[in-house]
Amino acid sequence: MAGMPNDALHADLHAHRGYLLRVAKLQLRDQGAAEDVVQETLLAALEGWAKFSGKSSVKTWLTGILKHKIIDSLRGRMRELPVSEVLPAEAEEEVIEAFFSAAGHWTSPPQNWGDGEAALKQKQFFDIMDFCLEKLPPKQGRAFMLREVFELETEEICKTLSVSTTNLWVLLHRSRLLLRQCLEQNWFGGAREAN
Amino acid sequence: MITCKQASELVSRTQEGPLSLREKLSLRLHLLICDGCARFAKQVNFLREAMQRYRQ
Repeated sequence: MAGMPNDALHADLHAHRGYLLRVAKLQLRDQGAAEDVVQETLLAALEGWAKFSGKSSVKTWLTGILKHKIIDSLRGRMRELPVSEVLPAEAEEEVIEAFFSAAGHWTSPPQNWGDGEAALKQKQFFDIMDFCLEKLPPKQGRAFMLREVFELETEEICKTLSVSTTNLWVLLHRSRLLLRQCLEQNWFGGAREAN
Repeated sequence: MITCKQASELVSRTQEGPLSLREKLSLRLHLLICDGCARFAKQVNFLREAMQRYRQ
């Protein structure tokens, strides 16, 4: 694979550009900054092509490069962001409250989603997933993507986002509450009615 | 007995690392009797699986 002609390589890298840009935008929430890190990722991939072993897919390899570029970018930006953006305020706690009554019960208990495996086989499901990920507030979106797409451990996410472990747990928990609600409203609820 | 709010927090935390024995027991007990939280636990696992698929 290391001997792939240049044109084919360019086409191959280009095919993944959309995905990389989507992931970068979900993390950085800034079109310009996202295009910059994707550009850097593709350049690094061109330069490092000889080192690509072919053991993983090209997409996985590119995602690995993008991960480092995004972490660098986030660390730089976190230093510049106003404190209110960096520190999850008590507001986080209030939004979680909205999912539960004062007594700690679900205000709207999760419903049965039926066959989740079937959803994972459909492209439209992942369009809805993208829609739901984009709707996450920036802090939650970043935390969730670092955890679930880049598979970073808690400690490294805390360092990247300048938050405490407890704050991160709140961010991730809230992401999951919001995502599951969005998927239920836009996929699982609707899908069941359509059948 | 823990509330659904507390149980859901523990469910989410299982995705980040192991719970303490006490947390594990109180969560297991809660999930036995609470459909909403049991579904939430399934859905949180599903989210992780979906994101794995998303990456591929």
